[in-house]
Formats: sequence, structure tokens, C-alpha cells
Amino acid sequence: MDKLLTHSPILIIAIPLLVAFLTPLIGRAGGKARNTLVIASLAFVEFLVIILARDIHLNGIHIYTLGAIAPDLALPGGAMMPIRIILEVDGMSIFMGIIWATVALAAATFSLSHMARETGQTRFYTLLLLMVAGCFGMIFTGDLFNLFVFLEIASISGAALIAFRTRFADAVEGGFKYIVISAVAGLMFLFGVGLLYAQYNSLNIGFLASVMQYSMLDKIALTLFLMSLTIKTGMVPLHMWYPDSYTVAPANVTAMLVITSHACMYAVFRICFTLYGGVLDASVVGWIIVIIGLLTMFVGVTMAVFQTDVMRFMSYHAISQMGYMWMGVGVGLAVLGNPGALAAYGRDAINGGIFHILNHAMYKPLLFMTAGALFHRTATRDLNKMGGLGHNMKFTLILYIIGALSIAGIPPLNGFASKFLIYESVYQFNPVLAVVAMLVSIITLASFTKAFQSAFTGPQLPEYKNVKEVPKPMLIGMGILAAAIIFTSIFPGLVVEHIVNPATDALINQSAYVNGIMGGTP
Amino acid sequence: MIESPSGFWGPVVWIIAAIVALLIAYFIQRRGEKAYKKGVQSETFLMGNPKLSAGETHVRAHNIYWGFFEGLKKYYIPTIAAHTGIINDHLIWLIAGIAIVIIILFIAGGI
Repeated sequence: MDKLLTHSPILIIAIPLLVAFLTPLIGRAGGKARNTLVIASLAFVEFLVIILARDIHLNGIHIYTLGAIAPDLALPGGAMMPIRIILEVDGMSIFMGIIWATVALAAATFSLSHMARETGQTRFYTLLLLMVAGCFGMIFTGDLFNLFVFLEIASISGAALIAFRTRFADAVEGGFKYIVISAVAGLMFLFGVGLLYAQYNSLNIGFLASVMQYSMLDKIALTLFLMSLTIKTGMVPLHMWYPDSYTVAPANVTAMLVITSHACMYAVFRICFTLYGGVLDASVVGWIIVIIGLLTMFVGVTMAVFQTDVMRFMSYHAISQMGYMWMGVGVGLAVLGNPGALAAYGRDAINGGIFHILNHAMYKPLLFMTAGALFHRTATRDLNKMGGLGHNMKFTLILYIIGALSIAGIPPLNGFASKFLIYESVYQFNPVLAVVAMLVSIITLASFTKAFQSAFTGPQLPEYKNVKEVPKPMLIGMGILAAAIIFTSIFPGLVVEHIVNPATDALINQSAYVNGIMGGTP
Repeated sequence: MIESPSGFWGPVVWIIAAIVALLIAYFIQRRGEKAYKKGVQSETFLMGNPKLSAGETHVRAHNIYWGFFEGLKKYYIPTIAAHTGIINDHLIWLIAGIAIVIIILFIAGGI
């Protein structure tokens, strides 16, 4: 068990990667064997993430150096800087890891039925697992170049998954847009990495943070990192590709793409707080993030309420909700250099933003899956053509209500708990921000009421008289997420104390991350 | 329970309050009209006109909040027009964004 724990960071990346390439081989033995392998591997990864999270909670940052005599040996004897590939998992990384493991398992379970009618399922699961490996790599790596490599793995597999249903022309177009945007963003990111490597001769985040000077080149690199990840996350005004791509992907893939955006958001926070944290002009960069968040919230929700395509509607809401996270964390960053303000409300703002990432990672994939369930049974995404489906799809209806109330921030659901933290802390920074955030919540509720009325309520339409509830694996996939929402709603204090607080501390306490690599000599 | 800078949130207390409110509502509903006949009084009566089909009575998505969109036309027309769906336009926004952020960082902190 100790050995398993020691090697868990690399196993969490390597297992999905290995199984991805094993899937075509096992797939030859039959669909059941392949599906069992995929679900079992993701369940095992979930187990590894849980034991690693427990260890980090008890013992702090977990370092894993590839190729070293001992995995926790970051600096070989006499070396001034780390030279090997290092994984560094702290409270923030494992927070994202918990999200990824849970949503990936739920999405894969949902896929068993949702993709059952598709051809090329073996390729689908291979791509799905590659995406999982790529995103775990992004959130666990302590190295900027590896962050780029894993970003590319996640992007390429994501584009292929979006375009998976090639019989739909818009799916191919969506996949094309995703890969072009990802390639340009990836190049910008790589250029930023090159600028830092040229100055400091290292790619290790901890080491770079310890020597960062915030020169002109560092500022250009910061801009490239910030904007390339902003477009990948889908923040306004760089969001326009997002609904075009996310709408056309299968719902289980979209659920995964939402948390891929979270992984990119994680990279923004890691770069601002950890890589540049010690030297950054925090109030300026904090305000940039707050304004992007504010625009994203407002434009996202106003565009969502206008939509009649259920997946496009969900995509704009996903954009809007990410604005809350940026605003919360941005306010915390803006007051990072002011200990009084940080203690008074800045830390709570970051807590609210991070807690909202967790909540969003549960209710948004659930809502995308309910939209997928509607498509699965009606073969349309057009809300104008739907109606009265609640008569025959009662479980989907209940799961939709749970997700919709949560995203709208209706008490006692978890969406309210994180928004409550954001409203109250952001109000003390600037009341206008809190007012806009509340207005966005009201429009969110109004737009989900519109979708609810259009799809589920009303008289039973003749064309959907024989529609049945979706198959059990799809309900189980959605049920996993709904159960997580209910648990978080009833015990928000427990979640904040054991999962969110360590993530916030990891972001604020830059020296802990640096010391993890440099051994106490930042 | 979670604490914010100026308050706290306890969902268990809220749930108990909601259950009590629902029980009171149920109690009031139980004391309602005893002569109500299910399936008779719930039938739609349209001034003696023939009953509409299910499809005709269902309010479709594009009709909902029509007034809201009309009222905000000045916001919606340019915003929707900006969403061209053309990938070149998306990349122009990215380049413009990079330029703006670099200028802000240089103005704020010097070159």
C-alpha cells in the first residue's frame, strides 16, 4: 500500500495512458471486456486519487521525480536546479484530481449506453482515456514544458472526440474549430515557455518561481500564458468557438470538455499565484482576471437565455459560470499583496471561486448529460421541437431539476453555497461586482426555467408518446453526479474544510510549493 | 456550515425550515375544496370552442421571454453579430486580447 501511495502520482497518469493503448487490443475480445477494462481502470484511478488526497491532507505536498533513486528526491546531490521531470501534487492539484477522477468515471459510465449505437467505440474509449491522462498530467506536473505537452494531448484527443460523430457536418466543423484554437493557444503557450527557458535555463515551475524577476520578457510570457489559457478556458471575449464545439460533441464528451476547461483554468491560477506569485503586480493582474470574469458571467448568461438549441444553451451557461470562478479567485489575487484585505475577504473570495469549480464540475456535466438524454430519446437538440417529456422521462426530469437549481444558486443546493461565499466576499472588494453576480444568477434561473418548460412540461406531444426513460448506465452516470451534488449541498462545511481550504492555502502559500522542490531555499 | 466575511450558511437549518413550510402548505391544501372532481374540473374550457391539440397548447422555447429580447434589442443585435462563427474572427479577438493585456502590464509596471 505504501508503494502504491508513493507511486500514485505517476500511476494516475500512466494507467489511463496505458489502458488507452490496451483498449484496441482488448476490444477485439468484445465490447463487454473493453467496457469493463475502461470502467475498472477509471475506478482504480479514483481510488488512487482518494488515497493520495488523504496523504496530502495529512503530510503535505507530494513530490514524484521520474528516474530518481527515490521518487521524492527533487534535487540530486549538489545540483542547483531540478533536472528531471517532476510531478508536484499539492492541495490545489489534488482538488482538481478529485474532480477529474469523479467526472471521468461518471462520463465513462454514461457512455456505455449513450455511445452504444455508435460505430468505432474502441477508438472512442481510447481517445477518452487519452484525454483523462492528458488532463491529469496538466494538473499534476511541476514542469512548464510538460504542462504544454499534456495540454496538447488533451486538446488533440478532445478535438477527435468532438468530431467523433462524423456523420454530422457540424460535429466535424466543431472539432476543426477546437483543434485550430487549441493549436494556436498551444503555440502561444510554448512561446511563453521558451521565453522563460531562455532566461532561466529551467522549465521547473518551483525553480522558476524562486528566480523570477518579472522582467519585460517575463511580462510578455505571462501575457501569452494568460491569454492562451483564457481562450482555451472559453472566457469572454475569447469564448466564441466554445459553443460551436461543445454543442456538437456527444454529451458525455462535453461533460469531460467542461472539466478540461477547468484544467486550463487551474493552469491560469497556478501560473499567477505560484509561478509569478512572488513578483507579480497582483492588483493589476487580479483586476484583469476580475474584469474577464465579469464579462464572461454577463455575456454568457445573456447569450444562453436566447438559445433554443439545448446543448448550445448549456454551453453558454458553462461559459457564464466560469466567470464566477475567475471573479472570486481574481479578487483574492488582487488583494494578495494586502494582508489585511486578504484575511478580511480575499481568502474567502478565493475559497468561493474554488468551491464553485467543484460545484460546477458536478452540476454542469450532469446538465449536459440530461441534455444528452433528451437527444438520445428525441434525436433533436431543438427545444422548440420538444415538450411534455417529463411524462415519460421522470428520472431525467428529477436529475435536471437538481442540476438546474444548483446552477441557479437556489438554496439549499451546493451552487448557492459557493455563490454565497463569492457574493459576500466580493461585495467588500467592490459592491458592483456582487450586484452583477446576483443579476446573472437571476437570469440563470430564468433561462433554466425556460428550458424546463420547453422540454419537460406541457401536454404529452403525440410524436413523443412512446418515448422511454434512458437506459440504466446513463441514469447511473448522472446519478453519481447528482449524489455528489446532494452530498456537497448538505455538508458544504465538510467539503470546504477538507478539500477547498487546502486548495486555497496551496494557491496563497507560494513558498510551500517552491520549498517542495528547492528544499527550503527559495 | 460555512462562514463568510459577514455571515454563515447552514443548509441543515434551511432544509428543516423548508420541510416545516411544506408540511404547513400540505396541511392547508388538505383542507381545500372537498367537492373537487378530478378529470372533470381540470378539463380546459375555451368558451365552447373545440379543444386544441397538445402541440398547439404547448408554449415553444422561442416564444418564451420574447419581451425581454425585444427590450434589449440594442444589446442583442451587436452581441449576436459579433458571434460570427468564423475562426479567423476568433483569432483576431485573441491577438487583440494579447495586445491589450501587454499594454496594461507595461503601463502598470513599466517595461
